[in-house]
Amino acid sequence: MSLERFINQAVSSWMSEEGPDSDIVLSSRIRLARNFEDFKFPTLFSHEEAQAIIVKMEEILRESNFTKFGQMELLKIDELQPLQKRVLVEKHLISPNLAEDSPYGAVLLTENEEVSIMINEEDHIRIQCLFPGLQLTEALEAANEVDDWLESHIHFGFDEKHGYLTSCPTNVGTGLRASVMMHLPGLMLTQQINRIIPAINQLGLVVRGIYGEGSEALGNIFQISNQITLGKSEEDICRDLKGVVSQLISQERSAREALRKTSNIQLEDRVFRSYGVLSNCRIIETKEAAKCLSDVRLGIDMGYIDHLPKNILNELMILTQPGFLQQYAGGHLRANERDIRRAALIRERLKMEQDKR
Amino acid sequence: MICQECNQRPAALHFTKIINGEKTEVNLCEKCAQEKGEMFMFTGGSGFTFNNLLAGLLNIDPTVQKQNQNTFHQEEILQCNGCSMTFPQFIKVGRFGCAHCYETFKEQLPPVLRRLHSGNWSHSGKIPKRIGGGIHLKKQVESLKNELKELIQQEEFEKAAQIRDEIRTLEKELPGSNKGGE
Repeated sequence: MSLERFINQAVSSWMSEEGPDSDIVLSSRIRLARNFEDFKFPTLFSHEEAQAIIVKMEEILRESNFTKFGQMELLKIDELQPLQKRVLVEKHLISPNLAEDSPYGAVLLTENEEVSIMINEEDHIRIQCLFPGLQLTEALEAANEVDDWLESHIHFGFDEKHGYLTSCPTNVGTGLRASVMMHLPGLMLTQQINRIIPAINQLGLVVRGIYGEGSEALGNIFQISNQITLGKSEEDICRDLKGVVSQLISQERSAREALRKTSNIQLEDRVFRSYGVLSNCRIIETKEAAKCLSDVRLGIDMGYIDHLPKNILNELMILTQPGFLQQYAGGHLRANERDIRRAALIRERLKMEQDKR
Repeated sequence: MICQECNQRPAALHFTKIINGEKTEVNLCEKCAQEKGEMFMFTGGSGFTFNNLLAGLLNIDPTVQKQNQNTFHQEEILQCNGCSMTFPQFIKVGRFGCAHCYETFKEQLPPVLRRLHSGNWSHSGKIPKRIGGGIHLKKQVESLKNELKELIQQEEFEKAAQIRDEIRTLEKELPGSNKGGE
């Protein structure tokens, strides 16, 4: 398969399209947790109950024509190859938990992959909407529409006092997790991030690096999400998160401007060194690739590099993960083989843009 | 010590796994550990999860523990009739068994929820259409009635009249008139 075709098939709309403030905000996600009123939660349910839920979902899909977000397809986890599961995880369409620890799991996916509905994960149903750029309100609207559709067929567990009832008490109430993925190289380079993160945590929001392990943020990409699901309305949760994100955006912008003023040539040097590494490397590890991609993306945003599309960071961060590399190679690869493949894929992708000039 | 995976390089990382009291030791070189490490990462590093933390949090909560002991002394352990989960079990796993658990354990829940949700313990977000806008209106009418009382006490009759009219319009919508939801 040619790289271009592979990329076209592999990329979801949130990776290729641009949204509001997409120089800093890569994507916005809304997740709603819902459960059937009369089935035990997935931690305790029987094989029969799990099957009944999947059958019910298939029925709903067949009988009602809900095509607002395009055709939907139901994939059962136990019918997928390990590599296919891994690719879905790397694209953030399903959780690692659904891929690995949910024997009766399934997922409903729309064609453009903006909407995915996980079935039989920690909760019976988890609706997820993933939009490019800062579009929390839009994503919430979409998730609500999907929720209304499902609700017209299913009695969800709900009570007046506790709201939507979920398996874990941390999700009860709205069942809503709103999260925003941000690229913050300016705040990292000026070391402001260390004082910003604790402040955000105090506001009931969580910040974490998204691709790295623990608190380390690979590629300067951070995820900010709400912690509290009870006692606030969905709109308020999104508004509060959006407020903090907007602040971060303006802080990041001023950090970038400050860098331009104080160390323009150093920054330009850093950007082009990283571009040099990416376009010439023969072996590259995830960590180095992420660092260089982040530099190059910053270089695009700040106008040092003008022949590359902005979405190259989103796209290559996803496509150079182990699952995707192996899918592109068509089989299992060891870590050192992956590093070689990763380098080749990045080089080829950058060359595609060179050739377009 | 030599790495047990490749049997070539010296082992740099030593893991001890204890499963059901059975101890296994794993000794790997950095290279092989990295290979394995990516595998571990993918499975979500399932060793220590949020649930362990939650269970810890609930266990140190003195109110919960007290109630726990009390129910124990009375030999009357709360058990959900939907899924047979008991409150001690919930504390241990940090997850409910079914939607009915919330009703079963409703007396015990407020301190737990308050701790997890910055002091909040009641829902004020979306309501399913099948339950109807009734709850919303009811809540609104309740709060308006309280406001009315206060206004009357403060002898602010003009404002009170406005509120009274508002309550009347809302109450007209209330009984069985929520056709097709909100």
